[in-house]
Amino acid sequence: MSNKAVLIGEFRKFFKFLIQEMKPRGKWLTPFNIISIPIILLGLVILFFRFTKGLGSVTNLSQQFPWGFWIGFDVVTGVAFAGGAYIITFVVYVMRVEKYHSIVRVTVLNGLLAYIFYAGALVLDLGRPWHIINPIIGNSFGYNSVLFLVSWHFLLYMIAEFVEFSPVIAEWAHWEKVRKFVSALTLGAVIFGITLSMLHQSGLGALFLMAKPKIHPLWYSEFIPILFFVSSIFAGLSMIIFEGIISHKVFKDLIGEKSHYSYEEIILGLGKGAAIAMFVYYFFKALIFIHEKQWVLINDFWGYWYLVEVIGFVLIPCFMFAYAVRNRSIGIIKIASVLALIGIILNRLNISVIAFNWDVANKYYPSWQEIVVTLMVVFSEIWAFRWIATRMPVFSKEN
Amino acid sequence: MNRRNFIRTTATISIAALPLGKLNAQENKEKKEFVGVLVDTTRCLGCRLCEVACSEEHGNYVPDVKNDHALEKIRDTSEKQWTVVNRFETKNGEVFVKRQCMHCWQPACTAACLTNAMFKTKEGPITWDGDKCMGCRYCMVSCPFDIPKFEYNKWNPKIQKCNMCYERLQEGKKPACVQACPKDALLFGIKRELMEVARHRVYSYPDKYVHKIYGEHEVGGTGWLYLSAVPFEQIGFRTDLGTTPYPEYTKEFLFSVPLVLFGVPALLFGLNLLTDRKNELNKNERWENE
Ligand code: SF4
Ligand code: SF4
Repeated sequence: MSNKAVLIGEFRKFFKFLIQEMKPRGKWLTPFNIISIPIILLGLVILFFRFTKGLGSVTNLSQQFPWGFWIGFDVVTGVAFAGGAYIITFVVYVMRVEKYHSIVRVTVLNGLLAYIFYAGALVLDLGRPWHIINPIIGNSFGYNSVLFLVSWHFLLYMIAEFVEFSPVIAEWAHWEKVRKFVSALTLGAVIFGITLSMLHQSGLGALFLMAKPKIHPLWYSEFIPILFFVSSIFAGLSMIIFEGIISHKVFKDLIGEKSHYSYEEIILGLGKGAAIAMFVYYFFKALIFIHEKQWVLINDFWGYWYLVEVIGFVLIPCFMFAYAVRNRSIGIIKIASVLALIGIILNRLNISVIAFNWDVANKYYPSWQEIVVTLMVVFSEIWAFRWIATRMPVFSKEN
Repeated sequence: MNRRNFIRTTATISIAALPLGKLNAQENKEKKEFVGVLVDTTRCLGCRLCEVACSEEHGNYVPDVKNDHALEKIRDTSEKQWTVVNRFETKNGEVFVKRQCMHCWQPACTAACLTNAMFKTKEGPITWDGDKCMGCRYCMVSCPFDIPKFEYNKWNPKIQKCNMCYERLQEGKKPACVQACPKDALLFGIKRELMEVARHRVYSYPDKYVHKIYGEHEVGGTGWLYLSAVPFEQIGFRTDLGTTPYPEYTKEFLFSVPLVLFGVPALLFGLNLLTDRKNELNKNERWENE
């Protein structure tokens, strides 16, 4: 009896706490809010049409371009950007490199939200989303399908990331026992998560293996899965650097003194990792180029475009990272990370949209509605991030 | 603690990997000879009665073949019409070519489909099931012939493509287009027998036909076969698709999945234990999460 009363009391207390935490904090009329709120509202209107009138009413998708910006950018690129979480958890929990401990929480949170919002954007693109339940509950398992694997791994990975993040939630809600319990699960979740990440990062590339006759030969290779995996490493690292720059401006007061101090060391370390991963990636690319004798393809628009991607946005940022690490120049690392991110966007969009059916007359380009919805997804993610980061102990002060 | 974690993780992973065990299930299904259709383009008149019969059979858009001048440009099948006939100007004069799903032996579309909505029936035709499909359009991305079409302007869109009149076949009838053809340009039957007929025609009239049967080996063999008097690339066929069945391209990746699922966690736990040992030697203090 009394046990029950205590439980109810606890519940009430937590509920009050939740209500209190729900309230917005800080100023309302920030530039970000002024831009993002109208876009999110507009996005919702567009989605209303998308779900009542069909995908064709708001997108430029066609029979020749079944996948457009929502898949190519939101899902395929977004998931590559979210790769940082599995790399950092690998370094910190498996290799136990303590240096990066202070950025684990924020990186995992970023990864978790990226999956929820970007991989979640997949649902917007499904023509018959109510049947998404079929491959999940086992009504119909298409075991032979790469997409089956990828979507299952998305789902499992989100759970793993949630487990990794749950100690923070428990800490925020003052559930000491829960925190102890979920903390004990961390290593298992991390290892499971890394494995799943390797598989679905490469799986996103494997999706395009059967599109062989449609993808320009400079971008098609049987090694796409490996290329996707390796590039997700520096995509993730660059994204952590990039996000770090922004959060160190925006959330200045949330970040403790000591972590400001080691921040430079962390950035240099990440830059070094990115340089190595990019070099390996470039090396693979060059091997494929030579092995497939692709130089005959280089002397036209597509060839130049390929060089822009591989030289301009892989090799150059790779050298910049290496140079900056040697000279301890944070500024150059920042620029290199932005270039590397652009390179990833180019690569993923080239494979899924731009060099896909490169020779057809009616090329696809995204409609403004597709872009607004993409912005909506990005902004909602930032909203969720901000809400959590200002309430839960995400930026560690003590470490 | 570490061992417990290991067991816990291995258990979860095994459950996650369970479906993979059946990766090959589809291949071991009972063998029955697949059916197909032989299209002899030298016999086709371009009357397009097959287009009409197809659309009437499946409740799709019925073209007005007398007045719509549709032959003036090359058309693709669409979400409204499962088959179309195109006219090509060649040095042998006009050639008409019917286009529809090829009903591949090992189809890319069914390998792509994560819900088994695209399904190769044991008789051979590939069918689509609206109760399963989630509209991801991966089948469209994968099909080497660009056959599946999607209804972009409906709130509950369907994938539209030829199903070789699967309903009719089960009643013992021929596909509607074959039935409708007045010139015997279309011949329905078991592929093995169709191949014999096709070879017989090519060998008996070596001047009339090019020495190739399209669909014999393309993408691992297709249910629909074509004969032609002119090289196939001149009448709208892709001859660069190769003879590898398309699902082969993803096989290697799919096979490596279970290996990674079991191998990598073991490796990572090993690494973790190693670093743990090292840390203990270093500072004899245990590091906890957070
Ligand atoms: S032609 Fe395309 S849709 Fe038809 S069976 Fe082959 S892969 Fe599937
Ligand atoms: S669109 Fe439907 S039929 Fe095509 S792959 Fe996706 S679920 Fe399967």
